[in-house]
Amino acid sequence: MALSIVFFVPFIAAALAVLLTRLGRAGAGWVLAVFPAGLAVWFMAQVPAVVRGEVRSVSVPWIPYQGIDFALRLDGLALLMSLLITGLGTLVVIYAGRYLVHHEVLGRFYGWLLLFMGGMLGIVLSDNTLLLFICWEVTTFSSFILIGFEHKEDAARESAQRALLITALGGQSLLVGLLLMGDVVGTMSVSETIASAEAVRASPRYLAILLLVLGGAFTKSAQMPFHTWLPGAMTAPTPVSAYLHSATMVKAGVFLLARLAPVLGGTPPWEILLTGVGTVTMVLGALLALGHTDLKLVLAYATVSVLGALVMLLGQGTAEAIQAMVAFLTAHALYKGTLFLVAGSVDHETGTRDLMHLSGLRKHLPLTAAAGAAAALSMMGVPPLFGFVGKELIYEACLKGPGGWPLALAAMVGFGGMVAAAMRVGVQPFAGKTFRADKPESEVHEAPPSMWLGPVLLAGLGLVLGLVPWVLQPLLATAAVDIGGRQAADLKLTLWHGVTPALGLSAASLALGGGLFALQKPVLRGLKSLNLSRHGPEQFYQESLSALLKLSSSLTRLLQNGSLHQYIVVTMATLGALLGLAVVLRLGFWPPGVSRAILPHEVVVLVGILVAAVLAVVSKSALTSILALGALGLAEALLYVFFAAPDLAMTQVVVQTLTVILFALVFSRFPVKPHEHRFRWWTAALPLTVGGLITWTLLHVAAVPTHRRLADFYASQSVPGGKGLNIVNVILVDFRALDTLGETAVLATSGLGVYLLFRTRSQRKKRQV
Amino acid sequence: MSPVVMHTVARMMAPVLLLVSLVLAVRGHDIPGGGFVGGLMAATAFALQMVAFGRPAARKQLRVHPTRLAAAGLLVALGSGIPAMLGGREFLSSIWGQLPLPWSDSLKVGTPQLFDVGVYLAVLGTAMAFILGMGRGEDTTAPDSRA
Repeated sequence: MALSIVFFVPFIAAALAVLLTRLGRAGAGWVLAVFPAGLAVWFMAQVPAVVRGEVRSVSVPWIPYQGIDFALRLDGLALLMSLLITGLGTLVVIYAGRYLVHHEVLGRFYGWLLLFMGGMLGIVLSDNTLLLFICWEVTTFSSFILIGFEHKEDAARESAQRALLITALGGQSLLVGLLLMGDVVGTMSVSETIASAEAVRASPRYLAILLLVLGGAFTKSAQMPFHTWLPGAMTAPTPVSAYLHSATMVKAGVFLLARLAPVLGGTPPWEILLTGVGTVTMVLGALLALGHTDLKLVLAYATVSVLGALVMLLGQGTAEAIQAMVAFLTAHALYKGTLFLVAGSVDHETGTRDLMHLSGLRKHLPLTAAAGAAAALSMMGVPPLFGFVGKELIYEACLKGPGGWPLALAAMVGFGGMVAAAMRVGVQPFAGKTFRADKPESEVHEAPPSMWLGPVLLAGLGLVLGLVPWVLQPLLATAAVDIGGRQAADLKLTLWHGVTPALGLSAASLALGGGLFALQKPVLRGLKSLNLSRHGPEQFYQESLSALLKLSSSLTRLLQNGSLHQYIVVTMATLGALLGLAVVLRLGFWPPGVSRAILPHEVVVLVGILVAAVLAVVSKSALTSILALGALGLAEALLYVFFAAPDLAMTQVVVQTLTVILFALVFSRFPVKPHEHRFRWWTAALPLTVGGLITWTLLHVAAVPTHRRLADFYASQSVPGGKGLNIVNVILVDFRALDTLGETAVLATSGLGVYLLFRTRSQRKKRQV
Repeated sequence: MSPVVMHTVARMMAPVLLLVSLVLAVRGHDIPGGGFVGGLMAATAFALQMVAFGRPAARKQLRVHPTRLAAAGLLVALGSGIPAMLGGREFLSSIWGQLPLPWSDSLKVGTPQLFDVGVYLAVLGTAMAFILGMGRGEDTTAPDSRA
């Protein structure tokens, strides 16, 4: 019960955000932070029980016949992620309150941020794959909005579009994969799927499921070659980058893989794909980080690298690798969150994020500098910080796992790049003497408390956890067991592992990183001269996007060129072609027997219809044509009367009346070109052919003996079930009321569309002002 | 046609048409009629007003903005499905009751009738959005005529 309340808290907070911000802009961050802080406290209180092995869960049937339940489950892995989401969320909400205090739509910002938080919590708590997918899409969409938050800037819009295209496409892939998996095991429940994991792995569809799920996870977690959206996402306000694009959302893909590792993991394709893609992402991400001087871009590429390392560890799949993954994920959330917030503070106080212009800031922003330095040391993996503990575990896992020394060396190179990135972001802006920012030196001072609180707390936590890592051990071990099974339970978090090969690799990566840092200017020039953005995934994205645009504009030119004549030709030709296909394939060229003689009064009406039709076509005057069409419609209504369909006849009469009025209005108000009376054979042939085909099909339809069961059901149930004598109406408003409701909605929507089209120019202007 | 004749006919017919439309809508559950045709019939009443007296007059007669009318209709139709849900049954299941009348037999009332009222309003609103939209040419004054 408490769990489902927890699920809805962020959404409620999101709904209240605009209102609360309107009440008081300055304190809004502190007030809104109460929601995630409360959740964080609740999650903390669950730790002892979860560590003992208790699992809180709740399940309410939602759409039972589709297997969709509102099912939540709080195990070790979910709890670890939830603590990160709510804990970091609290600090980010407080930070953003100051960072964006002058922004005109701060309330809207909070609304989207908290909505994201709800989606992210939903992902980690869901015990139903479809609920998980819905939450997954909530995060995709709120991330899209937040990346494009400064939507008046071209770069922000372009980045937001790119992020949406890549992650939403991945989301579709994920959905298909989850549905396939659900079909194989016969349940949408995550825990039940885990219980019948063997069935999935033995299924012939295993590979398809794996690839589709990976499509979702790799796009979300920015694995190469889908990583291009993450650096672009840095157009979002910095608190968003700290929260969504380093600590939480980008880890959703990693989380999903971890959650499904018991189901999909342990097979050769899984090991090869995850290890391969993860390693490439880890190494290239770290090296690409050296090619930028924007603080946030350096951090973004370093994040790509870390995500690669996490995926690589999941690919290894050994107990040690899983333990290292869990520990490193936590360490990364702490130090990367700090560094982003530090970068934001630097930007906020100096007006620039360019490394070339920043140095010697420690005198001006002492607290921020201290937090930045501590986080950078953790990122570099220097003892006694928590990052060191995580890094040692990774090296040990690589050495003991199937990857062996080659993988460990690759990790060493990746970490070397990260060490250099950490020194550039966390140390370089604060060290040295000269200071060349856009603002004069005297105006630069320490960030306000709400903006140094987050970085200092997070960095402090990284230090404390490094000194006493065993505090986290029970929780991380529980999470590792949820991913890797019983054998992952023996997690040992210690600061000092003795003189081991891992320690040697640590030292090597520090040396490599130091070297790269010292040589950063030549490396930067080298990477810039390669002009990587013109090649590889980036180029592929740009080219496929422009190909898509070209395709859609040529389709539009073909089908929607503004000529009514052409629309009708296209529509009729399509209908005619389909009907013709049906005639050729199914119906045959012989007419079915006519079941009934045509009576004299029917002949009169038919002749009337023919005359009206011919008159409508040949008449020179538009008004005559309209009236002839009206007469034709009324004659049709008479036919309905003959065949005992009074409801239809009545509607037809009224519709015809209105149509004539509408036509008359249109023709009298809008200039209509006089009829061209040049006879063109195909303008006559197309309607005659289509009309003939429709008649032919209808004759065949009428010849098929009708199923009486449905008709009998409606006839017998109309009075007892529907309490009405008019069967047609009872069907419309009772038996099939949902259909009618849908049709009514379509009708009203079209009415709205017409209204908007016909608004006059002055009305349009009025709305814009 | 002489405008006098047109005006007189329009003035006399409008209430008749509206009344007929209501009758059609109300009786629809048992004899031919219903919300859809009723709504259309009501629209003809306003269309006649427009032909006779012009678009602004017809718009004024309608009183409510057509898109609001359509929206209200949709909401009423949606709302008619909710009582059943409160009783634990499927959305849009029908609920019927008897309304005792002092002067005659009791009258049956039910959520499907409410649904039909929603259809009536939505159809009227949509049809009027079409008709008033198409008739727009008339009151486009100087600033808009360049379009």
